[in-house]
Amino acid sequence: MAKQPPVPLLSNGKRVDGRLPEEHRPVTMQVGVLPNANGSALVAYGNTVVLAAVYGPREPIPRYITAPDKAVIRVRYHMAPFSTDDRKNPAPTRREIEISKVVKEALETVVFLEQYPKSTIDVFLEVLQADGSTRVTSITAASLALADAGIPLRDLVIGVSVGKVGDTVIVDLNKLEDNYGDGDLPIAIAYRKGWILLMQLDGVWKPSEVKRGLELAFKAAENIYRSMRETLKGRYMTVVQQ
Amino acid sequence: MSYPFEIIPSLRRETLRRLISEGKRPDNRQLLSMRDLSIKVGVVKTADGSAIVNLGNTKVIAGIKFELGKPFEDTPNEGNLIVNLETPPLAAPTFEPGPPDENAIEIARVIDRALRHSNYIPLRDLVIIPGKSVYTMWIDIYVLNHDGNLIDSSMLAAVSAIANAQVPRAIIDGDTVKLDKSTKIQLNVNPQNMPLTVTYYKIDKYLIVDPTLEEEVMSDGRFTVASDGENIVALQKGGGYFTPEEVDSMINSTLSIVKDLKVKVLEMIKNPTGALML
Repeated sequence: MAKQPPVPLLSNGKRVDGRLPEEHRPVTMQVGVLPNANGSALVAYGNTVVLAAVYGPREPIPRYITAPDKAVIRVRYHMAPFSTDDRKNPAPTRREIEISKVVKEALETVVFLEQYPKSTIDVFLEVLQADGSTRVTSITAASLALADAGIPLRDLVIGVSVGKVGDTVIVDLNKLEDNYGDGDLPIAIAYRKGWILLMQLDGVWKPSEVKRGLELAFKAAENIYRSMRETLKGRYMTVVQQ
Repeated sequence: MSYPFEIIPSLRRETLRRLISEGKRPDNRQLLSMRDLSIKVGVVKTADGSAIVNLGNTKVIAGIKFELGKPFEDTPNEGNLIVNLETPPLAAPTFEPGPPDENAIEIARVIDRALRHSNYIPLRDLVIIPGKSVYTMWIDIYVLNHDGNLIDSSMLAAVSAIANAQVPRAIIDGDTVKLDKSTKIQLNVNPQNMPLTVTYYKIDKYLIVDPTLEEEVMSDGRFTVASDGENIVALQKGGGYFTPEEVDSMINSTLSIVKDLKVKVLEMIKNPTGALML
C-alpha cells in the first residue's frame, strides 16, 4: 500500500518485533476458564488475546432456525471496545459479520453436526486485546472451546495468518504488519486431515507466493496443534482426577 | 450460500452426482465451463454508470452513483469506494426483506477487496481538493433473479458498470464544492487490471464453476479466486474443505479462465445499449 510504516517492517531479515519471517509469536492457551460455559478457552498469539465460549448443544432460540437432521452452529466474533488503539464502537460491523460467517463455515466442517439434531451450538468469540491476526486466533480458541465442551470433532482446527512485506512472505502478522504490510492471507487448517477450512486473501499476490504462504502456514500449525493437544490432555486429566 | 428451504429430491441428487463424476452436467456443460453470458451497459439513465448481467438464468444489475464526500484520514489523495449488495425478495423465494444479511455482506466485501487491490478504478482521479473533498463512488449491486453463482455474476456486473461510469463535473466555488450533473466525464478505468472472480464449488471430489442454484445447494464446498489474469487479488473460502493441491489447481485454472473471460467482457461492454431490458 501507499501508506508508510512508522518503522521499517523488515530490516536485515528481522521483523519489527525481532522475529524471522517464518517465525510465529509465542502461543499460550488455557481451557475451561469460564465456569458458566459448556466449554471455553483463552488463547494468545503474542499480544493478541481472544476468549472463546461454547454454549450447547442446546435448544435453538428462536425456534425457526432448527434443522431437523443436524445441529446448527452459530458464531459471533466480536471485538471489545477497549481491544484496539482507538475505542471500537461495540455495534457489530460488516467486517465482524463477515468474519463470524467464515469462522462458522470453518467449524461446521469439523463438528459431527448429525449427532445433535434439532439443537444449536453457540460459539462466542471476544477479542480482548488486538495485535493483528485476531480471526485466526479466534479459530484456534473456538476449536479448543468446542473440544473442552466435549463436542465430538473430526480434527482440531488451527488458525495461522500469513502476510507479505514487499516480496517476503511472513507468518503471524502483528498489528503494524497488518496495517502497513502488502497483503494478508488468513488460513485455518484441520491439521491431521490436511484440510483448509478458512482461506481469505487481501492484497496483490503472485500465485507462487500464495503457494509459499500455504506451506508456511502448515508448518506453523504443527507446533500449535501439539500444544493444543497437551492443553486438552491436561484438562481431561484434571476432570478424571475430580 | 446455504438456503435451508431449498430441497432437492435424493434421486435427483444421485443423478447429478453421477453425471458430475462422469465429467458431465445436466445442461451439457463441462465441469469448468460457464453458462451463456450477456452483459449490457448503460441501461439505467438515472445512474452514473450501470450494467445488467445475465449468466444463464441468474440476473444481476449494478448501478454507480457519484456523490461528494470527505476522504478517509489515511487516504487523503484517493476517492472513496463503497460496494453494497442487496438480495431483494423478488429475486428468489428464499430471500426476505431487510438489510443485507451475512451472505450479501460477504459478497460485497470480496468484490470490494478485489476492486481495490487490482487498481482497476483510478481512485486518485476521484480527488477534488486533496485531503478535503473527494468523490464517493457507490457501487450498488442488485440481484434480480438468483439461479446460482451470485459472486461471479455480481463481480461481472460491478466491473461492467464501472467501465460505463461517467463522473459528474465538480465545480469549486471558493470554499464550497458542487457537482454539475449535466456535464459528465468518462471514468478512465485500466482495462488490463480488470479483476474477475471464478468461484469453484465442490461436489464429492469434483470442482465445478458457475453452478446453477440446484448445483450450488447440493455442493459440499465453495472457493472464490479473484484475479486480473496475472496476480491474485482476493481469495475467499466458503463452506467445506479444500486441500493445498486443490487450491493450487483452482488458482492455475482461474488465471486462464479470467484471461478468456476478460476478452468476452471487454467486447460486450463496448457499446452502451440504452434500453433497460431483462
